[in-house]
Amino acid sequence: MANILAVIIPSRGTLSPSSYELLGAGQALADALKQPLNAAVIGGNAQALAADVAARGAAKVFVVEHPSLTSFTEELYAKAAAAAAEKAGASRIILPSTVTGRAVAARLAVLLKAGLATDVTELLPDGRVRRGYYGGNLIAEVEFKSPIAVLTVAPMTFPRAEAKGAAAPLESVAFEPGAAKSEFVSFAAEASREIDLGAAEKVVSGGFGLGGPDGFKLVFDLAHALGAAVGASRRAVDSGWIPYRHQVGLTGRTVRPKLYVAVGISGQIQHLAGMSSSSTIVAINSDKDCPLMQMASIAVQGEYSELLPLITSEIKSRKGHAVPA
Amino acid sequence: MALHIVVCVKSTPSSVNVGVDASGQPKTAGIATALNPFDEFAVEEAVRLKERVPGSTATALTVGPDAAADVLREAIARGVDAGAHVSGAEFEGGDSFATSLALSAAIKKLHAEKPVHLVIFGKNTSDVGAGVVGTQTAAWLDWASVSAVKKIDAVDESSATVLRQMEDGVDTVKVTLPACLSTVKEINEPRLPSLKGKMASKKAVFPKWSAADLGLQPAQAGAAGAGTSVVKAALPPVRPAGVKIEGATPAEKAAKLVDILVERKLI
Repeated sequence: MANILAVIIPSRGTLSPSSYELLGAGQALADALKQPLNAAVIGGNAQALAADVAARGAAKVFVVEHPSLTSFTEELYAKAAAAAAEKAGASRIILPSTVTGRAVAARLAVLLKAGLATDVTELLPDGRVRRGYYGGNLIAEVEFKSPIAVLTVAPMTFPRAEAKGAAAPLESVAFEPGAAKSEFVSFAAEASREIDLGAAEKVVSGGFGLGGPDGFKLVFDLAHALGAAVGASRRAVDSGWIPYRHQVGLTGRTVRPKLYVAVGISGQIQHLAGMSSSSTIVAINSDKDCPLMQMASIAVQGEYSELLPLITSEIKSRKGHAVPA
Repeated sequence: MALHIVVCVKSTPSSVNVGVDASGQPKTAGIATALNPFDEFAVEEAVRLKERVPGSTATALTVGPDAAADVLREAIARGVDAGAHVSGAEFEGGDSFATSLALSAAIKKLHAEKPVHLVIFGKNTSDVGAGVVGTQTAAWLDWASVSAVKKIDAVDESSATVLRQMEDGVDTVKVTLPACLSTVKEINEPRLPSLKGKMASKKAVFPKWSAADLGLQPAQAGAAGAGTSVVKAALPPVRPAGVKIEGATPAEKAAKLVDILVERKLI
C-alpha cells in the first residue's frame, strides 16, 4: 500500500535536529494523505541510531548500514535511499533541505523516475505542496505528475517529532555499494562557538549600517546573549566585514527562525528574500522609514552602537547572568 | 594534460520582484533576462580551470528559448570558448527532472565529440531556485557529483579533490572524473567580461539542438517529461502590522524591547 518514507541522513554519525523535524514533517504528510509513515536510517552506524528514530512515530524503520556509508557521498547515499524506498514500496519520499538531503533527493528522483519538489513549506491534503520561489516573492503550488514523488522540507517549518515510547520494528535493507566514484577524504569543523544559520531558532544579523567590521562585535555579543546564530546582509559581506557563510538573502542562506533581529539592515529585496518568513522580526535602525523597519514585527529606532550593549546587558540580567559592575 | 569543462547556465529574469499574471503564473513578461547570478561563479570557475590547466577548453551549455543564446554570449564574453544551445518548443514547461535529462543528453553529445572532465553549475537559479539540476544531471549520466563546492583543489584528467561547504564545516571529497560540481558563491570572485571576450561573443555561433537531435522522445522533454508542474503561483501572505518601540532614552527602548521578547517567549 502507498506509504511515506522519511529518509534520515545522519550528520557525522549522529542524528541532528533536522532528522526530528523530518519525522515531524513526515507525520504531517501521513496525516494529510492518510497513509502510514515509515523511516529509513542510512549510515555506517545506522543500526545504533535506529532505536531513537523508531521511538518517534514511524510505523517501521528501514536500516541501511554498511561501512561504505560511514561518511557521506552523494552517489552511495542516494543508492542506499533508493534501496530503502524500493523495499518499503514508498510513494512519497521526504528528506530535509540540507546540503546532504538536497543532493540525495536530486539523485533519488532520477533513480526512481520521480518528480521532485524542494524547500517545501506546506503539505496539502490533495498531495500538492507549496514552496517559495523567485527569491520568496512568490509561492508555488506544485503538483506531482509521477507515481512516486520526492520532496525536501524547509528547515524550521515542521515541529520536531517527540519520543513516544512505543518502538517501531526495524528491518535491515541489503546494500551493495559497487564501485565508488567519490571518496570522502576529511572533515574540518567550523569554529564551535558558531550556531548554524539554517537550523537556528534565533538569528541576529548585521548590515551596512554597522559602518564597519567593529560593529559585528556588538552583533556577536547580542547573539551570544540570545543563543542566536549570526547573519549578515550582502553589503556587509561584500565589504569584507564578515565571511560569506554568514550571508542571509537571495545569494546567501535562507533562514526561518522564530526570532530574527536585523541591525543596521535597510531591507533590500535581496535580503528580505532570505528572511521574510521568520516568525518575529525585530529591526534596529536609525532610519525609521527603511523597508525593514516598515515590515518588522518590532521596530526600534536609534543608534545601534548605543542600543545593542543595553539590550545585551538587559537580556543577561533577566537571565540572571549579570556581570557585577 | 588538458581538460574539457562544460558550464551549464540559465537565462533568468533580471529581477525576482515579480507578480502573478491572469493565468496564475509568474508575471515575467516585460522583465529583462540575464545570466542567472549564481552562474557567473560557475562560468568564472570554468575559466579559471582553463587558465590553471593550459590547453583546456570550456563550453557553455543552456536549455532555453532563442533569446537564451544571450547567456551563452555572456559566458563567451567572460572567457568561455564555445557554447551549445538546447532549444525548441518541446522544452517549454520543463522542471528540474526534464531539464536535467536534456542537459545530460547534450553533455553526452559534447562528451562524444571531445571527452568532458568536469561539468560546473551555479548554486541555484534565481527563479525556481531548487539547486538540484547539477546533481540530477550527474544522476542521469551516472557520473559522480558534489554539491556546495567552495574550492576545486587538485585536479587532473582522472580525478578532482574539492571542498564542500557543509552546514557544520567543510568536507574534502575526491571524485573520479567525469563529474558534475555544483558550486557556492564563495568559490571565486567573478571578473567582468573583457573587451576581447565581448568581441568574441559577438561573432560566436552556437549549435542549436532539438530533442530529436539529442535522441530524446517528445514525451521526455519539457512539460511532457516533467515530474512536477506549478499549478499556480501566489503572493506570500501579508505580514501583520508591527509595533514601534517608543522611549525617551536608548535604555528605555532596550528595556521595552526585552519586555516584549520575554512576553512572546522569545527569550
